[in-house]
Amino acid sequence: MAAAPPLVEAAGIAKRYGPTVALQDARIRVLPGETHALVGRNGAGKSTLVGILTGLIAADAGEVRFAGEPAPPLSDRAAWRERVACVYQHSTIIPDLSIAENLFIGCQPLRRGFIDWRRLRRDSATVLERWGVAVAPEMRAGDLTVEARQMVEIARSLSRGARFIILDEPTAQLDGEEIKRLFARMRELQAAGITFLFISHHLQEVYEICQTVTVMRDARHIVSAPVADLPKGLLIEAMTGEANSVGLIDAASRPRRPDAAAVLRVEGLAGQDFAEVSLTVTAGEVVGLAGATSSGRTGVAETIAGLKPASAGTVALGGRALPPGDVRAAIAAGIGCVPKSRHAEGLVLGLSVGENATMTIGDRLGPLGFQRPKVKQAAGEQMIQSLGIVTQGTEQPVSGLSGGNQQKVVMARALASDPRLLVLIDPTAGVDVKSKQALLGHVDTSRQQGKAVIISSSEIEDLRICDRVEVMLHGRIVASHAAGWTEAALIAAMEGLSPE
Amino acid sequence: MSSPTVSRAIPGAPAPAQRPSRRIGRLRDVALLPALILLVIIGAFLSPSFLTYPNLVSILGASAALAILVLAESLIILVGKFDLSLESTCGFAPAIGAMLVLPVASQGFGTGWPTWLAMFTVLVIGGVIGLLNGFMVVKLRLNAFIVTLAMLIVLRGMLVGVTKGGTLFDMPDAFFVLATTTILGLPLSVWIAGAAFALAGAILKYHRIGRALYAIGGNAPAARAAGIAVERITWGVFILGGVLAGFAGLIITGYVGAINANQGNGMIFTVFAAAVIGGISLDGGRGTMLGALSGVLLLGVVQNLLTLAQVPSFWIQAIYGVIILGSLMAARLTSGDTRG
Repeated sequence: MAAAPPLVEAAGIAKRYGPTVALQDARIRVLPGETHALVGRNGAGKSTLVGILTGLIAADAGEVRFAGEPAPPLSDRAAWRERVACVYQHSTIIPDLSIAENLFIGCQPLRRGFIDWRRLRRDSATVLERWGVAVAPEMRAGDLTVEARQMVEIARSLSRGARFIILDEPTAQLDGEEIKRLFARMRELQAAGITFLFISHHLQEVYEICQTVTVMRDARHIVSAPVADLPKGLLIEAMTGEANSVGLIDAASRPRRPDAAAVLRVEGLAGQDFAEVSLTVTAGEVVGLAGATSSGRTGVAETIAGLKPASAGTVALGGRALPPGDVRAAIAAGIGCVPKSRHAEGLVLGLSVGENATMTIGDRLGPLGFQRPKVKQAAGEQMIQSLGIVTQGTEQPVSGLSGGNQQKVVMARALASDPRLLVLIDPTAGVDVKSKQALLGHVDTSRQQGKAVIISSSEIEDLRICDRVEVMLHGRIVASHAAGWTEAALIAAMEGLSPE
Repeated sequence: MSSPTVSRAIPGAPAPAQRPSRRIGRLRDVALLPALILLVIIGAFLSPSFLTYPNLVSILGASAALAILVLAESLIILVGKFDLSLESTCGFAPAIGAMLVLPVASQGFGTGWPTWLAMFTVLVIGGVIGLLNGFMVVKLRLNAFIVTLAMLIVLRGMLVGVTKGGTLFDMPDAFFVLATTTILGLPLSVWIAGAAFALAGAILKYHRIGRALYAIGGNAPAARAAGIAVERITWGVFILGGVLAGFAGLIITGYVGAINANQGNGMIFTVFAAAVIGGISLDGGRGTMLGALSGVLLLGVVQNLLTLAQVPSFWIQAIYGVIILGSLMAARLTSGDTRG
């Protein structure tokens, strides 16, 4: 095997999006027949690299070779499809078509120019049988389980000739038994000569299924090594690097205030993707909810803020229980929320900075719901000033702001109602370092004012400013770390690795 | 104009740069003004009777009902929905109101309700239709387009059914008062339409519910996350739209002097055209009352000119449609807008 050229080789890959460097001298070498892990934290550049390896993104520099041959031009999709396929976390199956149609979409067998349905059914049955997927070809694809859907997508890629398959976080939505079955299938296919690039946030799985691992960090290639040579400690170190302190706040350095009154009490809270969550946050305390995206931490935070209904349990603010799933009541009771995605729930892009920043206090800007232009203008300007939003003024549409400044507007919207509790979900996602500093600075200011704060995040920098971090895994709080935790211990807990 | 100088943002000095963006906002509102002025000039050359006081009044009078419908539709479009059934509501609601007053001999129900109560009922019926539309669109989450298209057909069918395809005459004078009463030389309907636009414009700009319409149409999940009662307000806008359509129906009744089974038929196209030409974005969340009103006036002038220019009546529709298409393209060009 050592003599064969690498099945896939990318070297010196660089990619920029405007001022953002997505990849810088990235490289990867995948040998035929191996299962190769690609790991790295959010924003490390994994998705961009996958995009380049699948020919969907054009690299600014560098070269991709398949089995020693230069990669085909990006426009030749068919040639790419023969070399590489990617099964994404989100489905690329069309739910209302049958499995057979999905398998042959875009290349249906024809007879005299019309689709030959009989052959389509026969061929798809052959494909499913050959790759051992036990589903009926006539079945509606949308009715498949996530597990079966992934298998169908893998079979589709194989049927089109690809022998190199990228699996993008395939285990994120599977339970333990399903993961075992997926790995069993992967081993079978590997024995049949299929090569995998396996992306996962669960490092345990890397050790279980992969032979080689490539670590990326900050848009760069860090290390590639056989998994046997890279014990957990080193792997985590490679992923996180040195603690990159850019003057961010660390809660470990400040005294604890154990006597403060409880602002928020959550008891036995359960929702769509979490259960039995209980926690208390006192005035002037910052509590982190850490965990992978699928850990349920987002659901907990959204339920506390009233964005989602609870199926069990209570959320009480200052001793008064809140009605579940009622944002208005939550705001009235004194909760300010920065939702998960600023584009989906945080901002109305076409409206102005002032309009967005005062959206939560529409009824407090004048009598009978009328908004005095002067009051509104002043409120907007005050927000711009106190949060340091770089803008032409209150009238500029937020669509024209940079990501960091947009996020500050979302923060302004949460702070506008002068809440007792701030619920921040991924508050620094996709913002530059300076904005991150500024945003976290405001969290600290709020804490000093005696507000209680919850930060739901998987970013180490966000969690550093927390007095306490509750770690969530599979919808439960599994660990609690007081400020002063080591990065390795927290990441190990978030990735579901047992500390050794 | 669509993306005013983002890169020139000056940190720490927001105030001086603020004026231009505000002025741009207003420019978009009056984008139709040049076209309107041009049309008036053309009209003056085309026909000596165009720029006369009685003709201008008649343009306004003829536009009043359309204006109210456009107002209603604009509010609904602003929250990102549609209501096609407005055109049937403005025939159905006044017809039922009239039949509650009229004796059986005049094709009424013979219930003999007092006139004021029957006219109030016209608005209530409009509101109930809006309530039903809102229920299906907001609560059942059905597609607004198909729901209100079905409602359009149901109501049209019911109107033909109850009137047996005939025409209702002999209503009490109060049914015509909107068109027949003039104050300071203008029909009552024109005053009311003007006032309605002024009120709606003020609420859209200065009231939290008005601002909420923009937020909902711009991004409903974000509006919800900010504590805006998205469902309640959207539903309310449907109800208000129905009430306004009933009112517009009364204006039409006043001008026509009767109610026939076709009242309002085909109007919804003109309503949408006026709103869109006036800069109301079909995607929701963008547009102003001033813009919508200028769209109404533009179409009113065009309609009037076509009549004055003695275009053969068989061709008026085709030419009107072409002009609307042209105006849509011109509006897109003058506003420099790249979005819907």
